[in-house]
Amino acid sequence: MSNNTFYLPEGLPSPMATRDGIDEPYWQGLRDNQLMVQRCNDCQQWQWGPEWICHACRSFDIAWSEIESKGVIYSWERVWHPVHPALQEHCPYIVVLVELPHANNIRMVGNLLGDAQQDINIGSPVTGVFEHHPNAKTPFTLLQWQTV
Amino acid sequence: MNNRTLRGKVAVAGIGETTYYKRGGSQDPEFVLALKAILAACEDAGIDPRSIDGFSSFSNDRSDPSRLSAALGMHELKFANMQWGGGGGGGSAAVANAAAAIAGGLADCVVVFRALAQGQFARFGQGPKSSGVSGDPAYTIPYGVMSPAQMFAMRCTRHMHETGVTRDTYKAISLATYYHAQNNPRAVMHGRPLSPEKYDQARWIVEPYQLYDCCMENDGAAAMVLVSAERARDMQRTPAYLLGAAAGSEHRNAAPCHNAPLYATSSFTSLAPRLYEMAGVSAEDVDVLQSYENFTGGVVMSIIEHGFCSHEEANQFISYDNLVAPSGKLPLNTSGGNLAECYMHGLELIVEAVRQIRGESTNQVPGARVSMVTSGPMVTPVSNCIFGSEETL
Ligand SMILES: [Zn+2]
Repeated sequence: MSNNTFYLPEGLPSPMATRDGIDEPYWQGLRDNQLMVQRCNDCQQWQWGPEWICHACRSFDIAWSEIESKGVIYSWERVWHPVHPALQEHCPYIVVLVELPHANNIRMVGNLLGDAQQDINIGSPVTGVFEHHPNAKTPFTLLQWQTV
Repeated sequence: MNNRTLRGKVAVAGIGETTYYKRGGSQDPEFVLALKAILAACEDAGIDPRSIDGFSSFSNDRSDPSRLSAALGMHELKFANMQWGGGGGGGSAAVANAAAAIAGGLADCVVVFRALAQGQFARFGQGPKSSGVSGDPAYTIPYGVMSPAQMFAMRCTRHMHETGVTRDTYKAISLATYYHAQNNPRAVMHGRPLSPEKYDQARWIVEPYQLYDCCMENDGAAAMVLVSAERARDMQRTPAYLLGAAAGSEHRNAAPCHNAPLYATSSFTSLAPRLYEMAGVSAEDVDVLQSYENFTGGVVMSIIEHGFCSHEEANQFISYDNLVAPSGKLPLNTSGGNLAECYMHGLELIVEAVRQIRGESTNQVPGARVSMVTSGPMVTPVSNCIFGSEETL
C-alpha cells in the first residue's frame, strides 16, 4: 500500500516493540512482509500473543516461525463513535478478529479493508495485507485483512 | 464438612453513598468523595469512624488507604487491600477480600469503597493520548480498538453468532434498568425514562452496542462497613450476611490479543459453580440479581453463565417482564445500576444488593432473602457474591 492509503488516518498511537524485546521479531517481520508468530521448539505448539514461555509445556525454548497470512473471520465490530481525535472524521470503520486455522487457531486483530458499510460474515476467508508506515517517527507496519 | 468458607461469617453493617453526579458534576475532589461515602457508611452502621481498621478496594482506586487512615484519625490500620486488575470485575472480590480478612482474624472492621471522579481524571471511554504503544495495546490500538466498548464488542458479536441471542434481549436489560431508575431518586437518569423507540433510535457506539447498551461515566463514591456476623447482630441495621463469593476467570482468559479459548463468555463459567457451592444455594434460590453492566451483552452472558437460563432460552427468559421488580422472575439491577443510577464501578450494585436484604430498595423485591451480585463481565479477573438474610443462615 502507498503512504496515503492507510485504512485509518495517521495520528493514532504507533505500535512499538516492547523494551524487553519479546515481540521484536513480529514487528520486524511485518516490516519485511512476513508474518512471524511464536512456535514452541519442544512441543511444536503455536502461540499468540507473544509470551516468554510456552503455555502448553512450560518450555522457554520458543522460536519464531513465518506463517501464511490467511485465516477466517472469527468475530468483528463496526465502530461508529470515535474515541480518539484522529478518528473524528473517519467513522465507521471495521475491526475483525481473524482465526488462523493453520496455526492452532491463533487469532489476530486487524481492520477489514474495503467499504466500511459492507456486510461481514463470520467464517469468511480473508488474506493479510501489509500496511507499511515507513515515514512514521518510528516506522512500523500493520497487518490488515481483506476478504478473498 | 470443612471450615474453608466465608458463609455466614461476615456481614455488611453499614452502607454509604455520595450524591451521584454526571461526569464532571462533582465540586468535591475525588478524595473528598471517598471520605464522605465512608463517613456515611459509618453513620449508617452507627460506628465511630476511628474504629475502622481496614480498607479494601479495586481497580487501582486512587484514595490511598494509609492516607484515609491518617485523615480519619483511625486508631490503627490492619488491612489495606487492592484487588488486581479487571476494572469493575473487582467489586465483589473487594467484598470477599474484606470478609476473608475479618474471618481470618486480620482485621475487625473493614470498609469496602470505590471513589471515582471521571470528570477529574482520565475518562474510561476515551482513547490514549500517547504517540506510541507497546505490549498488548500495540496489537489493538493502532487498529482503532481502544475503549472498553471497542474491546468487548467482538466477544458479544461472537456470542450472538454462536447462540442466536438477539439485540431485543439486550434491549430488555436496558429498559428494565431504566425503569428501575425512575423509582430511584438517587439515580442520575431519574426522571429520564427510556422507551423502546428511544432505545432503537439511539446512535451506534460500536456494533453490536447502541448508546443505551453502554454504561455511563460519573463522579461519586460508595462504601460499605463489614464486620463479623456476631458483631453485626448487635448493631443498628439489619445485617446482610455474606453467603459466598468467588473471583478469577477461566483457563487462559487473559491470553493476549483476544486469544482466550472461551472467547464468547463473560468470564464467569468457572466462578459460578464455586459461588453457589460456598453459598449453599442454586440459581433458583436467588430472589434478586445485580449484574454489572459495562455493556448489555455482557449481562446476557452473565445471566446464562450463572445458570438462570440456557443459551437457547435466553431470548425468551431475558425479557422486560421477567427483569422488573417486584413481579419479574429475576428482578435485575433494581437501583438502575451502571446504565441509569450511577457508574460507581459497580459498587453501587453491591450496595443495592444489601438494600434488598434490608427491605429498603426503591424497587424492593418482597421478602428478598438471597441477593446476588456479578461484577465485571468479559474482563479478568471477574468476581461475584451472594448476600443472605438471617433466615438463610
Ligand atoms: Zn511447548
